[in-house]
Amino acid sequence: MNRVANCNRSDPWLAHTVRIDRVTPEIPGVATYDLIFEGDAGGLSFQPGQFNMLYLPGVGECAISISGDPADGSRLPHTIRVAGNVTQELARLPVGATIGLRGPFGSHWPVEECAGKDVILVAGGIGLPPLRPVIYRLLAGRAQYGRLSLLYGSRTPDTLLYTDQFDEWRSRGLDIEVTVDRTNDGWNGHVGVVTLLLERLAVPRPENTLLFTCGPEVMMWYVLQTARSRGLPAENFWMSLERNMNCAIGLCGHCQFGPEFICKDGPVLRFDRIAPFLKVEQL
Amino acid sequence: MDFLPSDELDSLIATLRRDGYRVVAPTIDQEAIVYDEIESADDLPRGWTDRQEAAHYRLERRGDDAYFGYVVGPHSWKRFLFPPQAIMATADRTGDGWEFQTPRPDDVRFAFLGVRACEIAAIEVQDRTFLHGPYVDPIYAQRRKNALLIAVNCTQAASTCFCTSMNTGPRCHSGFDLALTEIAGGFTVEVGSDAGRKLLDRLTTTAADQTQQDAAAAARQQAVDEVARNKGMDTTDIRDLLLGNLEHARWDDVASRCLSCTNCTMVCPTCFCASVDEVTDLREEHVERRRQWDSCFNVDFSYMNGGVIRNDTRSRYRQWLTHKLASWHDQFGVSGCVGCGRCITWCPVGIDLRDEVAAIRGS
Repeated sequence: MNRVANCNRSDPWLAHTVRIDRVTPEIPGVATYDLIFEGDAGGLSFQPGQFNMLYLPGVGECAISISGDPADGSRLPHTIRVAGNVTQELARLPVGATIGLRGPFGSHWPVEECAGKDVILVAGGIGLPPLRPVIYRLLAGRAQYGRLSLLYGSRTPDTLLYTDQFDEWRSRGLDIEVTVDRTNDGWNGHVGVVTLLLERLAVPRPENTLLFTCGPEVMMWYVLQTARSRGLPAENFWMSLERNMNCAIGLCGHCQFGPEFICKDGPVLRFDRIAPFLKVEQL
Repeated sequence: MDFLPSDELDSLIATLRRDGYRVVAPTIDQEAIVYDEIESADDLPRGWTDRQEAAHYRLERRGDDAYFGYVVGPHSWKRFLFPPQAIMATADRTGDGWEFQTPRPDDVRFAFLGVRACEIAAIEVQDRTFLHGPYVDPIYAQRRKNALLIAVNCTQAASTCFCTSMNTGPRCHSGFDLALTEIAGGFTVEVGSDAGRKLLDRLTTTAADQTQQDAAAAARQQAVDEVARNKGMDTTDIRDLLLGNLEHARWDDVASRCLSCTNCTMVCPTCFCASVDEVTDLREEHVERRRQWDSCFNVDFSYMNGGVIRNDTRSRYRQWLTHKLASWHDQFGVSGCVGCGRCITWCPVGIDLRDEVAAIRGS
């Protein structure tokens, strides 16, 4: 079902050489780095939901979801929030700087299972970047799918990501509902948690609706409870989890969540597989 | 079956060394029997034995001059196949960027002399981790391919041994090149591979006669009898038992004793947690990515985004035990525990996982 696609399976510690081709500031503390391969190395073949280890020699690596279009592996956008040593150092690098890239790693959102179905994407804050590749892929083959909805929540209006793409996505057949926790002057949209959007969404055929969610764990938990109450079966939910990543190849032990290695069995996991472990504190 | 006289042990070691093997065997260091490179049979702990209990390890002289009259110490063979420190990759500054490389694993060939049945089982458990997953560890793969295993059948058991509960011993059945059983005057030898046969053919042996075979069987039986007297571990449905009891009161109880010191993970022959970090020269022009053994008991092992997920001893001990005895089955299709008892001996406060499992089972 979820397969790992890695071009470096025989030499997983060898980093590709990539250059920062463009840096796009998004919201305070968050920027998108477009990475391209050196010379004729072509591009990376990746699936939506997979991540790369971005390597800054002497500093370390960080695990970042690929947030670009899987159809174009030659330009790899990574939307990154400054959260620790590596991301802080990355934020100081100029356009043209060289870094290392290992990947792609991990399981992917099962877009292949969406044919003929309705799809609901629920994103919270920095959880939208790992879902954007799904949007690209769904819209590229729009006719194959039923209703497509994006429910997106963020803290405030000025922390919403990718808003300049919403008009295009809507015109190509993605319904988008946005909410914020706290409003400011000039906001005419929803206010409240993203689960409220899910409560209000029309779900005409829950058995044939898949739901992909990414965001803070507590948000995903409540999204899944709400989806259950709307009649979606537990096998129809997929979520993206996060843990300390060091090797990204399932051999260092850091990323374990119960029996799952988040780097290898995840980060995208089907809810019913991990349901018993989600509410165990400090697992 | 062949018989190898005691004085041929030196020939065995010398032959291996001439063939370019680094012979690693038990030897005494700092009042413990550890694994290190040896040059001759004189380096073996001849005439010594060990007394082991929870939080207790002492060496004592034996009444005889047996070469292998003890069980397992704080080292396991993983320190040679999965070395405590290793360079996984390098980065060198070029004019305007970096050049990344991965070093070729060195071509070292180890001959392990004195491998116990539980240790063969542990190596085979680590084979699943490092060789049979979607990613192969290049260092482990190379060393494992080159390694020669000369096993020794146990002729006694420590109080901490529970190999029979985990179905890993005390008899060596497979996975070795040669297997020795020590009797008076020498060893009966079972051949386990072509490489073992070829090696044995270069030594002076005789066919083992009935008396020698009977003595070997009796020696092996002594180990069986001794381990049968030990506390065991009931592994019935242990995966569901532990993963279904993640909030059991026993975790609080063990947490009040556990020091989170990481000893158990260091001595365990199947633990594989590690961390790769950066080692750089002063001008940051040459960087090495060094992998070191780590432990799920270390406080920052589960650090993420400004916080530690397993932020107390209770959650870290629970992680270790449920991984070792339960999740390992999901991940690798086998238990992570081989019943060697090292974690019991080397725990400074004497936590015995046989007792912990029994408490959760409620017996």
